Amino acid sequence: MRQVNSRFVAGRLLQVVPTVAAILLTGFVLVHLAPGDPVLVLAGEHGDAAYYAFMRHRFGLDESLPRQLIVWLGHILRGDFGFSYVYGRATSVVILERVPATMLLTGSALVISLLVAIPLGAIAATRPHGARDIGISALALGLYSTPAFWIGQLAIIGLALGLGSFPVQGMTSAGSDATGWSHSWDIVRHLMLPALVLASQEIAVLVRVTRSTLLDELSREHVRAARAKGLTALQALVRHALPRALLPVVTIVGARIGHLIAGAAVVEIIFGWPGMGRLLLGALQSRDTPILLGLFFVVSFTVVLASLLADLAYAAIDPRIRLR
Amino acid sequence: MPPSTRASDFAELAPAAESGPPSGWRRPVRGLVLRRASGRIGFVLVVLVVAMAIIGPTIAPHDPFVISGGSLAPPSAAFPMGTDALGRDVLSGLLYGARTSLSIASAVALIALACGATIGVLSGYRGGWTDNLLMRTTELFQVIPRFFFVIIAIALFGPGLSRMVLALGLTSWPTLARVVRGEVIAMRDLDFVRAAEAAGATASRMAWRQLLPNVTPSIVVVLGLLVGQVLLLEATLGFLGLGDPGAISWGTMAAQAQGFLRVAWWLALFPGLAITLTVLGVNLLADAFSSARAADGGAP
Repeated sequence: MRQVNSRFVAGRLLQVVPTVAAILLTGFVLVHLAPGDPVLVLAGEHGDAAYYAFMRHRFGLDESLPRQLIVWLGHILRGDFGFSYVYGRATSVVILERVPATMLLTGSALVISLLVAIPLGAIAATRPHGARDIGISALALGLYSTPAFWIGQLAIIGLALGLGSFPVQGMTSAGSDATGWSHSWDIVRHLMLPALVLASQEIAVLVRVTRSTLLDELSREHVRAARAKGLTALQALVRHALPRALLPVVTIVGARIGHLIAGAAVVEIIFGWPGMGRLLLGALQSRDTPILLGLFFVVSFTVVLASLLADLAYAAIDPRIRLR
Repeated sequence: MPPSTRASDFAELAPAAESGPPSGWRRPVRGLVLRRASGRIGFVLVVLVVAMAIIGPTIAPHDPFVISGGSLAPPSAAFPMGTDALGRDVLSGLLYGARTSLSIASAVALIALACGATIGVLSGYRGGWTDNLLMRTTELFQVIPRFFFVIIAIALFGPGLSRMVLALGLTSWPTLARVVRGEVIAMRDLDFVRAAEAAGATASRMAWRQLLPNVTPSIVVVLGLLVGQVLLLEATLGFLGLGDPGAISWGTMAAQAQGFLRVAWWLALFPGLAITLTVLGVNLLADAFSSARAADGGAP
């Protein structure tokens, strides 16, 4: 494995500071610009006078704005997003409980989309503007233009209701107390449809990216040299063009984590998957603002972390990357 | 700057990135767009939706806000797309909804255009600390997850068309600013810009007469893809119940279908189809435009 340039890593880590600061500041500005008393936003609309007084003191709302900002930063950076009156527990705990289900869904969707999109993109790139390319590209553009909730609704109407082969709601069968393998199998059966629907959105983008970067690579000298020394087109593609073409795919996957989680939220709502998306919908309906703010921060920090990891992975694979 | 910041700009713009920044400026590409089948399909779809938005409410057979038939009536001659749970006509709802979706998308595009083009031209042409300051700011705006930002903004400020437009617009300009900046930098040292400078062109004349006309093709492609994304986001927000309660939107109609998937497939089919065909039209047009430009001799 090649050594990653330590100056690049340090520089990239430093970039995290202003981005996190911008996210925290955005939350602060939203809370204070919102009509009404900021304490209603921070505490939710379900508290009593004593609780509001407590929260007002806790977040220093009687003090100057700069002082409030400092108190705010202190709370958020410690992972303290407040208290959800609806759930009767700390917001961070309520959100963390939902993370595994969302991670299972997004992770499966990501794996499925990579397994489907890279071969499809490669097939499309081998003969640009041929029949297969036109078919695959049209499919990708079609999926790219379709809202996730509609694919979900069609999937429920067509597959789950029509064929009766997939469960359409929840993560486990109602009343099931299965354990071990049968429990896992139950979850997998519930996972399949939502994961496929979510994956379709990623496939749309990844096919397009794989195809276009691969087209670039295939026209390069080193691929032509590989062909000249006697490799078949397929061997040249798999051994020489694809590895380099996949580098941008790493970046795109990292850059799209925000879209992936947003898509997961919609898919969870349609399929009743008990992750952060269901939590989001519940919080919207009960006007549980601490949960909404907490979700905003958790998703934002995840996006920053994912793009950091993607950049470091890119740097580890590609020795040409150096900090400017 | 690590490569990711540039690549992630184009995460949504794969076909535009494929052709690279072409330089076939000021050539008529209209004919080239329509010569492609994909361009023609996109053009027809977009024209149809725009026509729906303009004359939809006048040709709608029923008033979509009031009960006009039986509850959950399947598609028939009187109600070609059926009725919803309250007995309101789905086709009329779709015809009214086009106006909501297109007004939001075009208002957001205008905000993104105003902010993105100004910041991009300033940043690229001035360079130095102006560029540095503007681009760092742009990057910070880019980090914020748009979907969750808009959701929380609407939850805190209350639903409404103007708030949705503002929240979407505030988070939609960075990509455009970066693309414009890149093109302006590539143009800055070309002879025609130098000549205009030597002739004493003022800053605003420089921007309006020399720089902006030459980045217009790129702006069109980015804005086209942006409009597609905004249409999808607007529909999704409506689906989550965050649309304007006073306006009919396709996303809201799709949300109402959710409880009746087993009994009334038409409620889910038509709103989703309308959104998909609209977004597909816009994306096809943007794709055809960008590849027509590449084929026009711009690309090396």
